[in-house]
Amino acid sequence: MNNLVDTFFNLAVMRQYLPQVIQGVGVTVLLAAAVVATGLVLGFVLAVLRSLRIKPLTLLIVLFADVFRAVPALVILIIIYFALPTVGIRMSGFVSAWLGLSLVLAAFAEEIVWAGILSVPRGQWEAARATGLGVGQCMRLVVLPQALRLTVAPLTNRAIVITKNTALASVLAVGEILYQAQAGYAFSYNPSPLTLGAIAYLILFIPLVWLGRWVEGRFAWKR
Amino acid sequence: MEALISGFFNLQILAEAAPYLLRGLGMTLLLCAVAIPLGVVGGMALALMSTVNSRLVRWSAIVYTDFFRAFPPLVLLLFIAYGLPFLGFKPPPFVAVAIAFLLNTSSYYGEILRAGIESVSAGQHEAARATGLSRWQSLRWVVLPQAIRNVGPDLVSNTLEAVKLTAIASVVALPELLYVARQVQSVTYNATPVIAAGIIYLLLLWPLVRLLSRYERQAVQIH
Repeated sequence: MNNLVDTFFNLAVMRQYLPQVIQGVGVTVLLAAAVVATGLVLGFVLAVLRSLRIKPLTLLIVLFADVFRAVPALVILIIIYFALPTVGIRMSGFVSAWLGLSLVLAAFAEEIVWAGILSVPRGQWEAARATGLGVGQCMRLVVLPQALRLTVAPLTNRAIVITKNTALASVLAVGEILYQAQAGYAFSYNPSPLTLGAIAYLILFIPLVWLGRWVEGRFAWKR
Repeated sequence: MEALISGFFNLQILAEAAPYLLRGLGMTLLLCAVAIPLGVVGGMALALMSTVNSRLVRWSAIVYTDFFRAFPPLVLLLFIAYGLPFLGFKPPPFVAVAIAFLLNTSSYYGEILRAGIESVSAGQHEAARATGLSRWQSLRWVVLPQAIRNVGPDLVSNTLEAVKLTAIASVVALPELLYVARQVQSVTYNATPVIAAGIIYLLLLWPLVRLLSRYERQAVQIH
């Protein structure tokens, strides 16, 4: 038992690597916030563009959404960080992770918002247009307010899933929690820094898991 | 353009990489074939635990689910792969990955199936019991078929995530599709293998992604 404590909860080792892990928490939070903001906005814009029903544009958006939903996030990050430089496009690990995860979230968000827009019956469009609203006004004042209410729960859950994917950025040497914890483990040859990292993730994500469940009950996929 | 083709879509390198990629794909499929059924069975067990009368059993299922849903899967995997050897048990990569996936995916499937069971009104169960079905028969023939149908889209979505998740096994050097592709990339100094791996994932998961879109649309079409 003593052995177990010394191995996984070694206070001396934990104290030594705590500052790095806390620094990692800052990077994780920053990356997650950047990804959620960019991904949701991009997904929203794409869904609205898709509602213009311009054939070639729609085709491109659907292709984008399918590719970024089907390919694992880690593969996308590795292509951006390790493959793009071979054709002269170089980005830091943080920017690569931010870009890659944002695109993944945008693909899922686009599909969710689009489903929300489709759920508003056609008659609403026609009625709104008949009262003299323009296409933009109709979208902004009539369709989106109804569509977005339906998308709150699935969008929240998607956003939570993507924030957990920030751990993948450790593969690109981004100094977030997991990377710092791994580095501490490698230097000390003791898994206590990993325990520390795990605790940091629990503190960050357990509230998000609860938030997701609450939102799911509050704004269910039904009217 | 020339550089892009020779760097990303180099047929010569693809031909050299193909046998390795196919072997990697085999490993990915094997991993799915082991991890997904384990996750579904574990999830079903968790969901059933949440229906019993004992508060202790119900709460332990909830604590388990929330705990493992809060962990990014990569953190869990590294913790198991690096931590277990300190307990005197050095699992082969496949076993470490299988354990991590079981813990992670079962918690997600468990949460989904629990929500499904809760979505079936209590009256159904009571009526089934009143017709003389046992508790188990009522669950098996009345509640579960409806529960599973109600959460079909979430099950599809989670299975998609579970398949994509297998890519993180590359981090602990399990020779699945992504790992093999990166190995070949580092030998040939060419990104084609990784791009090819991305395309293989896309072809593999495209049907699931399309199905998911259809489900999402249906979910909001019912007024």
